[in-house]
Amino acid sequence: MIFIVSFLVLLMLVGAVAASVFRDLISAVIAAALVSLLAAILFYLLHAPDVAMAEAAIGAALTAAIFIIAISRTKRYEE
Amino acid sequence: MRGLIAILLLIIVALGFSQSLAEIPFGTPRAKIGRHYIEEGVRETGAVNIVTSVVVNYRGFDTLGEVTVLFIAAIGLGAVLTVSGGGETRKTHPASLVLHTGCRFLFPLILVFGSYIFIHGHLTPGGGFQGGAIIASGFLLMYLGCRERRISRVASNLAESLGGLVFLVMGLLGLLFGGFFLLNFLPKGTAHTLFSAGIIPIIYIAIGFKVGSELAGIIDNLIEES
Repeated sequence: MIFIVSFLVLLMLVGAVAASVFRDLISAVIAAALVSLLAAILFYLLHAPDVAMAEAAIGAALTAAIFIIAISRTKRYEE
Repeated sequence: MRGLIAILLLIIVALGFSQSLAEIPFGTPRAKIGRHYIEEGVRETGAVNIVTSVVVNYRGFDTLGEVTVLFIAAIGLGAVLTVSGGGETRKTHPASLVLHTGCRFLFPLILVFGSYIFIHGHLTPGGGFQGGAIIASGFLLMYLGCRERRISRVASNLAESLGGLVFLVMGLLGLLFGGFFLLNFLPKGTAHTLFSAGIIPIIYIAIGFKVGSELAGIIDNLIEES
Protein backbone atom coordinates (compact mmCIF):
# COMPACT_ATOMS: atom_id res chain seq x y z
CA MET A 1 0.00 0.00 0.00
CA ILE A 2 2.67 2.49 1.01
CA PHE A 3 4.58 1.69 -2.20
CA ILE A 4 1.55 2.38 -4.39
CA VAL A 5 0.88 5.64 -2.58
CA SER A 6 4.51 6.73 -2.82
CA PHE A 7 4.59 5.87 -6.53
CA LEU A 8 1.43 7.90 -7.13
CA VAL A 9 2.79 10.87 -5.18
CA LEU A 10 6.05 10.66 -7.15
CA LEU A 11 4.11 10.68 -10.43
CA MET A 12 2.05 13.63 -9.19
CA LEU A 13 5.24 15.55 -8.42
CA VAL A 14 6.57 14.80 -11.91
CA GLY A 15 3.27 15.98 -13.41
CA ALA A 16 3.25 19.16 -11.34
CA VAL A 17 6.83 20.05 -12.31
CA ALA A 18 6.05 19.28 -15.95
CA ALA A 19 2.97 21.50 -15.83
CA SER A 20 5.09 24.43 -14.69
CA VAL A 21 8.01 23.76 -17.05
CA PHE A 22 6.24 23.09 -20.38
CA ARG A 23 6.22 25.97 -22.86
CA ASP A 24 3.37 24.35 -24.80
CA LEU A 25 0.32 25.30 -22.74
CA ILE A 26 -1.81 22.40 -23.99
CA SER A 27 0.80 19.96 -22.68
CA ALA A 28 0.90 21.89 -19.40
CA VAL A 29 -2.88 21.56 -19.04
CA ILE A 30 -2.68 17.82 -19.77
CA ALA A 31 0.03 17.47 -17.11
CA ALA A 32 -2.11 19.39 -14.60
CA ALA A 33 -5.08 17.15 -15.42
CA LEU A 34 -2.82 14.14 -14.84
CA VAL A 35 -2.03 15.48 -11.36
CA SER A 36 -5.77 15.75 -10.65
CA LEU A 37 -6.45 12.25 -11.96
CA LEU A 38 -3.67 10.74 -9.83
CA ALA A 39 -4.96 12.72 -6.85
CA ALA A 40 -8.39 11.18 -7.45
CA ILE A 41 -6.89 7.66 -7.45
CA LEU A 42 -4.98 8.55 -4.29
CA PHE A 43 -8.15 9.80 -2.58
CA TYR A 44 -9.87 6.55 -3.53
CA LEU A 45 -7.03 4.45 -2.12
CA LEU A 46 -7.13 6.52 1.09
CA HIS A 47 -10.86 5.65 1.53
CA ALA A 48 -12.32 9.00 0.49
CA PRO A 49 -14.46 8.06 -2.54
CA ASP A 50 -16.63 11.19 -2.20
CA VAL A 51 -13.66 13.47 -2.70
CA ALA A 52 -12.22 11.20 -5.39
CA MET A 53 -15.38 11.55 -7.49
CA ALA A 54 -15.42 15.33 -7.25
CA GLU A 55 -11.70 15.54 -8.00
CA ALA A 56 -11.95 13.30 -11.06
CA ALA A 57 -14.96 15.12 -12.51
CA ILE A 58 -13.99 18.70 -11.71
CA GLY A 59 -10.20 18.59 -11.55
CA ALA A 60 -9.44 16.28 -14.43
CA ALA A 61 -12.33 16.93 -16.84
CA LEU A 62 -13.98 20.32 -16.37
CA THR A 63 -10.94 22.39 -15.32
CA ALA A 64 -8.83 21.01 -18.15
CA ALA A 65 -11.65 21.70 -20.63
CA ILE A 66 -12.03 25.30 -19.42
CA PHE A 67 -8.26 25.84 -19.66
CA ILE A 68 -8.16 24.38 -23.18
CA ILE A 69 -11.07 26.58 -24.29
CA ALA A 70 -9.23 29.60 -22.88
CA ILE A 71 -6.01 28.59 -24.68
CA SER A 72 -7.85 28.12 -27.96
CA ARG A 73 -9.06 31.72 -27.63
CA THR A 74 -5.56 33.09 -26.92
CA LYS A 75 -2.09 31.71 -27.69
CA ARG A 76 -0.83 28.17 -27.47
CA TYR A 77 2.84 28.79 -26.70
CA GLU A 78 4.31 30.66 -23.78
CA GLU A 79 6.87 33.27 -24.72
CA MET B 1 22.96 34.51 -6.15
CA ARG B 2 19.28 35.35 -5.86
CA GLY B 3 18.37 31.74 -6.62
CA LEU B 4 20.70 30.58 -3.84
CA ILE B 5 19.07 32.95 -1.34
CA ALA B 6 15.63 31.78 -2.43
CA ILE B 7 16.60 28.12 -1.95
CA LEU B 8 18.06 28.89 1.49
CA LEU B 9 14.89 30.71 2.51
CA LEU B 10 12.76 27.84 1.23
CA ILE B 11 14.84 25.34 3.24
CA ILE B 12 14.41 27.45 6.39
CA VAL B 13 10.63 27.65 5.83
CA ALA B 14 10.44 23.90 5.16
CA LEU B 15 12.40 23.15 8.34
CA GLY B 16 10.09 25.38 10.35
CA PHE B 17 7.00 23.73 8.88
CA SER B 18 8.29 20.20 9.44
CA GLN B 19 9.23 21.00 13.03
CA SER B 20 5.82 22.44 13.85
CA LEU B 21 3.92 19.74 11.94
CA ALA B 22 5.85 17.01 13.76
CA GLU B 23 4.39 18.34 17.01
CA ILE B 24 0.80 17.70 15.89
CA PRO B 25 -0.36 14.19 16.76
CA PHE B 26 -2.10 13.24 13.51
CA GLY B 27 -4.61 10.41 13.66
CA THR B 28 -5.50 10.70 17.32
CA PRO B 29 -9.02 12.06 17.79
CA ARG B 30 -8.87 15.44 19.50
CA ALA B 31 -12.47 16.57 19.16
CA LYS B 32 -15.40 14.55 20.45
CA ILE B 33 -17.73 15.71 17.69
CA GLY B 34 -16.21 13.41 15.06
CA ARG B 35 -16.84 10.32 17.16
CA HIS B 36 -20.40 11.52 17.78
CA TYR B 37 -21.05 11.77 14.03
CA ILE B 38 -19.69 8.27 13.42
CA GLU B 39 -21.56 6.62 16.28
CA GLU B 40 -24.86 8.49 16.21
CA GLY B 41 -25.01 9.80 12.63
CA VAL B 42 -27.04 6.95 11.13
CA ARG B 43 -29.54 6.98 13.99
CA GLU B 44 -29.95 10.76 14.08
CA THR B 45 -30.14 11.51 10.35
CA GLY B 46 -31.09 8.18 8.75
CA ALA B 47 -28.34 8.59 6.13
CA VAL B 48 -25.95 5.63 5.89
CA ASN B 49 -23.26 7.72 4.18
CA ILE B 50 -21.83 9.71 7.08
CA VAL B 51 -20.22 12.27 4.76
CA THR B 52 -23.65 13.12 3.39
CA SER B 53 -25.19 13.32 6.86
CA VAL B 54 -22.52 15.84 7.83
CA VAL B 55 -22.68 17.84 4.58
CA VAL B 56 -26.45 18.11 4.26
CA ASN B 57 -27.75 17.65 7.79
CA TYR B 58 -25.26 18.67 10.48
CA ARG B 59 -23.58 21.31 8.34
CA GLY B 60 -26.45 22.08 5.97
CA PHE B 61 -26.12 25.82 6.39
CA ASP B 62 -22.48 25.69 5.21
CA THR B 63 -23.62 23.76 2.14
CA LEU B 64 -26.18 26.47 1.40
CA GLY B 65 -23.31 28.98 1.50
CA GLU B 66 -21.22 26.78 -0.79
CA VAL B 67 -24.04 26.52 -3.32
CA THR B 68 -24.44 30.31 -3.14
CA VAL B 69 -20.73 30.82 -3.86
CA LEU B 70 -20.95 28.61 -6.96
CA PHE B 71 -24.12 30.43 -8.06
CA ILE B 72 -22.44 33.84 -7.77
CA ALA B 73 -19.36 32.57 -9.64
CA ALA B 74 -21.53 31.28 -12.50
CA ILE B 75 -23.51 34.53 -12.65
CA GLY B 76 -20.33 36.61 -12.62
CA LEU B 77 -18.77 34.55 -15.41
CA GLY B 78 -21.95 34.81 -17.47
CA ALA B 79 -22.08 38.57 -16.96
CA VAL B 80 -18.43 39.04 -17.94
CA LEU B 81 -18.57 36.77 -20.97
CA THR B 82 -21.86 37.91 -22.45
CA VAL B 83 -21.23 41.64 -22.06
CA SER B 84 -19.63 41.82 -25.50
CA GLY B 85 -22.76 40.34 -27.01
CA GLY B 86 -22.93 38.46 -30.29
CA GLY B 87 -19.26 38.07 -31.07
CA GLU B 88 -18.24 36.49 -34.36
CA THR B 89 -19.06 32.81 -34.45
CA ARG B 90 -15.94 30.77 -34.98
CA LYS B 91 -15.65 28.29 -37.79
CA THR B 92 -15.77 24.81 -36.31
CA HIS B 93 -15.01 21.57 -38.03
CA PRO B 94 -17.83 19.04 -37.78
CA ALA B 95 -16.90 16.07 -35.63
CA SER B 96 -16.07 12.77 -37.28
CA LEU B 97 -18.75 10.09 -37.48
CA VAL B 98 -17.16 7.95 -34.76
CA LEU B 99 -16.93 10.86 -32.32
CA HIS B 100 -20.42 12.08 -33.17
CA THR B 101 -22.04 8.67 -32.71
CA GLY B 102 -19.99 7.95 -29.58
CA CYS B 103 -21.09 11.22 -28.00
CA ARG B 104 -24.74 10.61 -28.76
CA PHE B 105 -24.43 7.11 -27.32
CA LEU B 106 -22.50 8.07 -24.18
CA PHE B 107 -24.39 11.24 -23.29
CA PRO B 108 -27.56 9.59 -21.86
CA LEU B 109 -25.44 7.02 -20.01
CA ILE B 110 -23.44 9.79 -18.34
CA LEU B 111 -26.67 11.60 -17.43
CA VAL B 112 -28.10 8.43 -15.87
CA PHE B 113 -24.86 7.81 -13.96
CA GLY B 114 -24.79 11.36 -12.60
CA SER B 115 -28.44 11.16 -11.58
CA TYR B 116 -27.78 7.83 -9.87
CA ILE B 117 -24.96 9.41 -7.90
CA PHE B 118 -26.99 12.31 -6.57
CA ILE B 119 -30.19 10.35 -5.96
CA HIS B 120 -28.27 7.75 -3.91
CA GLY B 121 -26.18 10.39 -2.12
CA HIS B 122 -27.36 9.26 1.30
CA LEU B 123 -26.58 5.58 0.60
CA THR B 124 -23.43 5.42 -1.50
CA PRO B 125 -20.41 7.71 -1.88
CA GLY B 126 -21.09 10.88 -3.79
CA GLY B 127 -23.90 13.37 -3.76
CA GLY B 128 -25.23 16.51 -5.33
CA PHE B 129 -21.90 18.13 -6.09
CA GLN B 130 -20.31 15.00 -7.56
CA GLY B 131 -23.38 14.02 -9.55
CA GLY B 132 -23.77 17.56 -10.84
CA ALA B 133 -20.14 17.65 -11.95
CA ILE B 134 -20.56 14.32 -13.77
CA ILE B 135 -23.67 15.62 -15.54
CA ALA B 136 -21.78 18.77 -16.53
CA SER B 137 -18.97 16.62 -17.95
CA GLY B 138 -21.63 14.85 -20.05
CA PHE B 139 -22.71 18.22 -21.44
CA LEU B 140 -19.05 19.03 -22.08
CA LEU B 141 -18.76 15.85 -24.16
CA MET B 142 -21.89 16.92 -26.06
CA TYR B 143 -20.40 20.35 -26.80
CA LEU B 144 -17.20 18.74 -28.05
CA GLY B 145 -18.82 16.05 -30.18
CA CYS B 146 -22.22 17.30 -31.36
CA ARG B 147 -22.08 21.06 -31.69
CA GLU B 148 -25.48 21.32 -33.33
CA ARG B 149 -27.29 20.12 -30.23
CA ARG B 150 -27.62 22.69 -27.50
CA ILE B 151 -29.48 22.75 -24.24
CA SER B 152 -31.89 25.63 -24.13
CA ARG B 153 -30.97 28.47 -21.82
CA VAL B 154 -34.51 28.51 -20.47
CA ALA B 155 -34.40 24.87 -19.35
CA SER B 156 -30.97 25.32 -17.80
CA ASN B 157 -31.99 28.47 -15.91
CA LEU B 158 -35.21 26.77 -14.81
CA ALA B 159 -33.32 23.76 -13.38
CA GLU B 160 -30.86 26.05 -11.61
CA SER B 161 -33.53 28.29 -10.07
CA LEU B 162 -35.72 25.35 -9.05
CA GLY B 163 -32.76 23.65 -7.38
CA GLY B 164 -31.93 26.70 -5.29
CA LEU B 165 -35.59 27.31 -4.50
CA VAL B 166 -36.18 23.73 -3.31
CA PHE B 167 -33.14 23.92 -1.03
CA LEU B 168 -34.35 27.19 0.55
CA VAL B 169 -37.96 26.03 0.83
CA MET B 170 -36.90 22.81 2.59
CA GLY B 171 -34.91 24.94 5.04
CA LEU B 172 -37.84 27.28 5.66
CA LEU B 173 -40.23 24.33 6.10
CA GLY B 174 -37.88 23.05 8.82
CA LEU B 175 -38.16 26.48 10.43
CA LEU B 176 -41.93 26.28 10.18
CA PHE B 177 -42.39 22.76 11.55
CA GLY B 178 -39.59 22.43 14.08
CA GLY B 179 -38.29 25.89 14.79
CA PHE B 180 -34.85 25.37 13.19
CA PHE B 181 -33.66 26.31 9.71
CA LEU B 182 -32.90 23.15 7.66
CA LEU B 183 -34.31 20.86 10.36
CA ASN B 184 -34.82 17.29 9.15
CA PHE B 185 -38.56 17.31 9.73
CA LEU B 186 -39.56 14.43 7.44
CA PRO B 187 -39.68 10.85 8.79
CA LYS B 188 -36.30 9.14 8.70
CA GLY B 189 -37.60 5.82 7.39
CA THR B 190 -35.50 2.67 7.59
CA ALA B 191 -31.80 3.12 6.93
CA HIS B 192 -30.24 1.49 3.82
CA THR B 193 -33.35 2.13 1.71
CA LEU B 194 -33.82 4.74 -1.00
CA PHE B 195 -36.72 6.51 0.72
CA SER B 196 -34.98 7.29 3.98
CA ALA B 197 -33.13 10.11 5.69
CA GLY B 198 -35.94 12.66 5.44
CA ILE B 199 -35.00 15.82 3.60
CA ILE B 200 -31.43 14.74 2.72
CA PRO B 201 -32.23 13.09 -0.66
CA ILE B 202 -34.55 15.95 -1.63
CA ILE B 203 -31.88 18.55 -0.92
CA TYR B 204 -29.19 16.52 -2.67
CA ILE B 205 -31.33 16.10 -5.79
CA ALA B 206 -31.90 19.88 -5.77
CA ILE B 207 -28.14 20.47 -5.40
CA GLY B 208 -27.45 18.00 -8.21
CA PHE B 209 -29.74 19.87 -10.61
CA LYS B 210 -28.32 23.21 -9.54
CA VAL B 211 -24.64 22.28 -9.76
CA GLY B 212 -25.09 20.39 -13.03
CA SER B 213 -26.90 23.24 -14.76
CA GLU B 214 -24.46 25.83 -13.38
CA LEU B 215 -21.31 24.01 -14.48
CA ALA B 216 -22.87 23.17 -17.86
CA GLY B 217 -23.86 26.84 -18.18
CA ILE B 218 -20.27 27.94 -17.47
CA ILE B 219 -18.97 25.66 -20.25
CA ASP B 220 -21.77 26.83 -22.54
CA ASN B 221 -20.83 30.47 -21.91
CA LEU B 222 -17.16 29.81 -22.54
CA ILE B 223 -17.73 27.90 -25.79
CA GLU B 224 -20.44 30.19 -27.11
CA GLU B 225 -18.79 33.56 -26.55
CA SER B 226 -15.43 34.40 -27.98
